[in-house]
Amino acid sequence: MAADTGAGARSSDRAPVTTSTAADPAGTPLLRLSKVGKSFGPVQALTDIDLDIYPGEVVALVGDNGAGKSTLIKTISGIWAPDAGQEFWEGRPVTIRHPRDSAALGIATMYQDLALSDNLDIVQNMFLGRELMRGPLLDETSMELAARKTLADLSVTTVRSIRQPVGSLSGGQRQAVAVARAVLEKAKLVIMDEPTAALGVSQTAMVLNLVTSLKQQGVAVLLISHNLNDVFAVADRITALYLGRVAGTVRVADTDTQQAVQLITTGALAPVSHPSA
Amino acid sequence: MSTTSEASDIQPDGPPVHPDEGMPSAERPAVSNELVTGSLLDYSKAFAKRARSGESGTLPVLVGLVIIVIIFQTQNGKFLSHGNLVNLIDQAGIFVTLGMAEVFVLLLGEIDLSVGYVAGVGAVVTAELAAPPHNVNWFLSCLAGLGVCAVIGAVQGLLITRLKLPSFVVTLGGLLGFEGVLLYLIQQDKHATGGVISVTIPSVLNDIVNGSLSVAAGWIGLIAVVVVFGVYSLLQNQRRRSSGLVTPPLSLVVLKILVVAVAGVVLLLICNANRGSALVKLQGVPWIVPLLLAVLTVYSVLLGRMKFGRYLYAIGGNAEAARRAGVSLNNIRLFAFVLCSFTAGLGGIVYLSTQDSISSGIDGGNYVLYAVAAAVIGGTSLFGGRGKIVHALLGGVIIAAIYNGMGLLGLSAAAQFMVTALVLIAAVTVDAVSRRGRTA
Repeated sequence: MAADTGAGARSSDRAPVTTSTAADPAGTPLLRLSKVGKSFGPVQALTDIDLDIYPGEVVALVGDNGAGKSTLIKTISGIWAPDAGQEFWEGRPVTIRHPRDSAALGIATMYQDLALSDNLDIVQNMFLGRELMRGPLLDETSMELAARKTLADLSVTTVRSIRQPVGSLSGGQRQAVAVARAVLEKAKLVIMDEPTAALGVSQTAMVLNLVTSLKQQGVAVLLISHNLNDVFAVADRITALYLGRVAGTVRVADTDTQQAVQLITTGALAPVSHPSA
Repeated sequence: MSTTSEASDIQPDGPPVHPDEGMPSAERPAVSNELVTGSLLDYSKAFAKRARSGESGTLPVLVGLVIIVIIFQTQNGKFLSHGNLVNLIDQAGIFVTLGMAEVFVLLLGEIDLSVGYVAGVGAVVTAELAAPPHNVNWFLSCLAGLGVCAVIGAVQGLLITRLKLPSFVVTLGGLLGFEGVLLYLIQQDKHATGGVISVTIPSVLNDIVNGSLSVAAGWIGLIAVVVVFGVYSLLQNQRRRSSGLVTPPLSLVVLKILVVAVAGVVLLLICNANRGSALVKLQGVPWIVPLLLAVLTVYSVLLGRMKFGRYLYAIGGNAEAARRAGVSLNNIRLFAFVLCSFTAGLGGIVYLSTQDSISSGIDGGNYVLYAVAAAVIGGTSLFGGRGKIVHALLGGVIIAAIYNGMGLLGLSAAAQFMVTALVLIAAVTVDAVSRRGRTA
């Protein structure tokens, strides 16, 4: 952990990057990025990224291809360390250099391939790497009970049996298993990378339900998506990246799809013609 | 777009109510792998469905075995005689043991081609120590043989996991290299006459396959096994039921216990009949049977009920997922190769006991093929992630049955090889086709 000043000293003087400043929820953000930058040789992939995520909040990260979304989530999840700026977790300055570091803080990252073992059943996948034991033996009964409860809390109803192999599940159900895994890990922040990219309409609805369930349980979600319908359905705030910078952060309640598209494509907001209530 | 709201409780019991949200039905499994409802009738119905959709477990293997038995019995009435069946059990010992060794690495999607000659080296080390002039205690000799094999497994495993060499090539080297080691060790032994180290004198080694339990000991052992199995199954069932989990009906558990008891009684009746002559009585369960059952039980617990086994399946299914879950891939893989070679050492001791001796004539190359064949015929996948220890038992018995039956019919080695090869290819085809069915 880096020796740095506390978060409190900086929280008030954060300069807005763009003209649009969203009114942040009150309290200490779960994760705060301050002036985070990352470059690969001469390529400056991320510049001065400011981002706050509060507990139980869904923040959508949008932006065109190459805007830096993937670089940013990989920085947060510790695939690589940022080379500028500071990260704060629950107000404390932290250094995330390795996926282990982010996992220890309570950040669960779900990549598109989900990383599930098709030959293992739902319970086995959910507990892989953190099995409950009863002496030297696996405690299947306790794991099955906990898995059932977790899925029920997430309102996952379409799974026939939690002892069926994950390979037999649909795309949305696989997402549900991955999310339930994150919940079991007691993750405080779940990063979802394009969770609906390969899904049909009903499966997408199921995943969005999961996001809502996570939010209701007080888990923060950072949702990367190209689909603005999905974003507007579940997100509280939208942060748009443009060429490696934060183009703007807007509250979903205060904006519309047109504005969001504008942010994504031009990196700036034109004056709003008819301010909404 | 609003999020849909569905019934918010998972159905703990009772059949699923609504079909999966709008998926084409072809994508969905025909039936869930675990039963949701309670009665024995429902279970048998679901089992029939599962069998039709290719998830039938060991049933086709058992059907295959019955067909093979019927064919040989109609060709030669001696096939099902007491003496021949016990002989078949003795012959199956080596195939079953080497097949169990192979299951560990096949689960990873790897292969070990060296098990035949690793078994040979283990047998030579054991025999060297147990035979004159050393005359070491049989138990210590076996430990030494098994220890050497475990070290061999560790060396091959380290090459495969740390240097990332393909297991196929490393163990192909082992196949050749350990035949060399075997020849060298036998050449160095001045007491080995004509390249044969005999172990007829330390009688325990000889008795593993050739000795038998007394009739009474057989019955006592059977009763003990049935009681332990029964109590364990009932306790297990009770624990699930009291936790409110989906539980198989009690009648199914009782049925399973009964099947085990009946199978045990049949086995004992076969083994306890006099298979010698009127003058020299020869009866009782060969020691190899309780030995193999003990190894089978320990390995099944290791694979099915312990972390190591869970991680082995996880790596075989999706190594990247296991890595991200924090599983130490290298350590698990290494241990699998150590266990494989260790079990091959057990096979070597079984071979030593069958032959009363070990010679440079052991055909380790053939035994590897039979070992892989036993595991795959029994139902273990060559592609990793799917398989059980019991598959080696079933496959090993099938190979022994073919081997034994064709011997009875007086068919040549040429015919035996060809038939075994056909059975192996058929088993791999079933594996590959069912795998395609699953991923499609």
